[in-house]
Amino acid sequence: METGTAILLSMLIPFLAVISNIILRDKPNLRDGTTLAAAVATFLVVLKILANEGNGTSETLVLFQVMPGLDLAFNVEPLGLMFAILASGLWILTHLYGIGYMRENNEEHHARFFACFAFAIASVMGIAFSANMFTLFLFYEALTISTYPLVAHKGTPEAIKGARTYMGILMGTSIGLQLVAIVWTFSLTGTLDFTKGGILEGHIAGPMVAVLLGLYAFGIGKAALMPFHRWLPAAMVAPTPVSALLHAVAVVKAGVFTMLKVGIYIFGIDFLSETGASEWLMWLAAFSIVAASVVALTKDNLKARLAYSTISQLSYITLGMALASSMGALGGGMHIATHALGKITLFMCAGSIYVATHKTEVSQMSGLGRKMPITFIAFLIGALSIIGLPPFAGSWSKWLLIVGAADTTQWVMIGVLMVSSLLNIAYLLPVVAKGFFLGDRSDTSQMQEAGPLVWAPPAVTAAGCVILFFYAGALLEFLAPIVAN
Amino acid sequence: MTSEVTQTAVTLADHLPVLQILVPFVAGPLTVLIGSRALAWPIAFAASAIATVIAFLLLMQVIDGSVISYHLGGWAPPLGIEYRVDAANAFVLLLVSGISTVVLAYARASVAAEIPKKQHTLFYTAYLLCLTGMLGVAVTGDAFNVFVFLEISSLATYVLIAQGSYRDKRALTAAFDYLIMGTIGATFFVIGIGLLYMATGTLNMADIAERIADQGSNRTVRTAFAFIIVGVGLKVAIYPLHLWLPNAYTFAPSAVTSFLAATATKVAIYVLLRFIFTVFQPGFAFEINTLVVIIIPFAILAMFAASFIAIFQTDLKRMLAYSSIAQIGYILLGIGLLTETGVTAAVAHLFNHGITKATLFMGVGAYVYRVNGSFYDRLEGMGRQMPWTSAAVVIGGLSLIGIPGTAGFVSKWMLVQAALELGWWPIALLIVASSLLAVVYVWRVIEVLYLKPPAADAVHVTDVPLSMLVPLWVMAFASIYFGFDTNLTLGASSVAANGLLGGSVLAAQ
Repeated sequence: METGTAILLSMLIPFLAVISNIILRDKPNLRDGTTLAAAVATFLVVLKILANEGNGTSETLVLFQVMPGLDLAFNVEPLGLMFAILASGLWILTHLYGIGYMRENNEEHHARFFACFAFAIASVMGIAFSANMFTLFLFYEALTISTYPLVAHKGTPEAIKGARTYMGILMGTSIGLQLVAIVWTFSLTGTLDFTKGGILEGHIAGPMVAVLLGLYAFGIGKAALMPFHRWLPAAMVAPTPVSALLHAVAVVKAGVFTMLKVGIYIFGIDFLSETGASEWLMWLAAFSIVAASVVALTKDNLKARLAYSTISQLSYITLGMALASSMGALGGGMHIATHALGKITLFMCAGSIYVATHKTEVSQMSGLGRKMPITFIAFLIGALSIIGLPPFAGSWSKWLLIVGAADTTQWVMIGVLMVSSLLNIAYLLPVVAKGFFLGDRSDTSQMQEAGPLVWAPPAVTAAGCVILFFYAGALLEFLAPIVAN
Repeated sequence: MTSEVTQTAVTLADHLPVLQILVPFVAGPLTVLIGSRALAWPIAFAASAIATVIAFLLLMQVIDGSVISYHLGGWAPPLGIEYRVDAANAFVLLLVSGISTVVLAYARASVAAEIPKKQHTLFYTAYLLCLTGMLGVAVTGDAFNVFVFLEISSLATYVLIAQGSYRDKRALTAAFDYLIMGTIGATFFVIGIGLLYMATGTLNMADIAERIADQGSNRTVRTAFAFIIVGVGLKVAIYPLHLWLPNAYTFAPSAVTSFLAATATKVAIYVLLRFIFTVFQPGFAFEINTLVVIIIPFAILAMFAASFIAIFQTDLKRMLAYSSIAQIGYILLGIGLLTETGVTAAVAHLFNHGITKATLFMGVGAYVYRVNGSFYDRLEGMGRQMPWTSAAVVIGGLSLIGIPGTAGFVSKWMLVQAALELGWWPIALLIVASSLLAVVYVWRVIEVLYLKPPAADAVHVTDVPLSMLVPLWVMAFASIYFGFDTNLTLGASSVAANGLLGGSVLAAQ
């Protein structure tokens, strides 16, 4: 299979799954089976792209020209490929988990739910393989629109309100700021192609670089940089599989992925470093990291706590870009993968607890660990990876970020990363500790793990956190070309 | 000036400019004379379809930047009437006739539901006359002829709007309001033309332009300019002159609203463009000042005030009417920027917004057809009951916001780019900020359609018949198609902008 065909298939297959979900809406098993087949096929297609291209950059596939200088075009480069592998692989797991969760929880409108889900995956594939900022923006908006029904899924006033915040902030920032930034870039350079070393150098200078970067940084609302982070906790009203895939992997990672793309391929790391335009962003990201962690401490609702934890972790990646050093950018890129594995584990565990016990608050979870050991051990592994302890994957990306900070002699940033790790310990580990050590030991109620479709996926991703620790070198090597001169 | 070919007409193809008008103009009275209710719609549809084909052929002839000059009855201008087709008006001709044809396909079922049977023959006659008038305004090169055709279309429009009175009596006052305002506008316009005639002694637009350029600006010319801008401005519904529009759109029959919203104001904008750029040269300071000081601020005011009002509407049709006023603001802004990119954006938005609004108003008509109203509380849960209609409305809504991948995005992009090229930062930010207001009013509708359960008496509502769905989806599809393939829209718009600016002093600067 040609790479070009494979790229198109990776978007087409999820899109066909959207249609199959609509057609087969009244035949649950056939419908969910078809979607599962689509998820596996998408993953295989993406792996085929990996086999074809390795960590090289493929030729650009131009579908057609929309406006002079603006093409709908795709190509493969390591960062995008990693993102695509991650999203399509986790789609399989989340789909299985979603089937279990939706059925055991008696949620309604399954067909609509899985259709929108597949549409979101198709959009993510588009984002991952975009060859220019224009194409990326197109799929970025498609992702926002396709996930809106997922957030509003329950249809309760609360869900509608949350969905409104979600939509308002994401649309507001993308149209109000990002679009301006993109058109500005285009009118400066006449191109929007992602180019190694950036396209802006020589076209803009002085404080305006920082202004343009600001338009991008805030315009990419999906990266949840403070103060545009409110949508993330608001979106937690969605069913947990949505939170797991979309708000730990697809949507938020699409945000920070875009951020890295802009930093590396539009501005260029060297250009940022020469002009110092990203220094303010570095401080803001640092603030986001610490502030969101502190807020997470105060949240008793487990999903809300995880949401704020996500905000904090996303800013690691923004920080990696803003450090304007190769190591920082690589650490940011790697953190996309390691945080995705860790956070999806945590979210799926939260959902698993909810399905089994209908408990959502951390304070109610005393003793649950003894009833649901697999879930809580998976949670522990995910948490340790997020905190950044070996032998879990998260330790490597954090390590690289610290190296990046040291390279650029930003000692304060090292401190920030350390403090954040401590805060992570403080808000994540108590959940596990309560689960295993507190609570009434003589409690003999029949509480137990939910079905295997619910507890197995987090166990797999938790195992992934461990495995990735040992293959981090390979991942680093894979990503290296994105910052190579 | 562009080289002109004096034609000795031999083949039918040479007569295309006049056939453009003649076909609907003859077909209109013909429906009355035949008097058969069953034949009225087929005749109207055939006439409109032929007009669309002619418009397409004309556009293909002039898209390379050439100009067709047709002398009516063989009388040479400036004495005779000249029909003059270039990219700008060929594009408008195609928009008007194309939308008219699609709306007519849709109108058959919609009109049958909203207007009593005995009126149908006259309805289609009025519709064809309205079409004739709009096409005539666009095709002619004679200033007085513009006035005549403008009146033909306006008078027919008043009748068409009043047809809404079978559903809601307020259509009569809406039509009357529009009659008064429209007539004032027409009067101002004809006074302006009279003054121009006084100053130059000719009515041919190209001729007027040359003579104005020769004698420079004097007080008569300035007064004429003012009268014409205000007169046309009433028809365009430039912000403070828009008061007739919301009621007219709200109470007119759905098919009429779809047609008018997509074309009537657009034709008026074309007249504005023609007078600003071809007749008056935007070289003289008076005009630039007028545009920058008056048009741009009012355009921006429209973008915000009308959008803001749209947010608080509870009737979908009225909401869309206010949104139209706001969108006209974008087009005027593009014109006011006075650059090639700006005018290209304006012409492209004229087209893109036309198809977007046609989609939306046809969607409204579909709801009216099924649940007998377009108030939000009647539309609750319709996303589930009428999935195809609602999906088309969502596509239209996204195009209205300017989501990438829709027609609305393309022209908005050009507009932002035009503002940035001039370095007019705040304007670029204002454009996107007002798009955000569009997000709010469109999303309100989406919430109503999809997140509310249907009312008790609406649970058995099903989607509209195919004869309405197909035209609706043709327009919805066009709203997406022109978001990706911009060869036709941006291509024709930039040739048109070149042609419009080409004759002016600006091009030399």
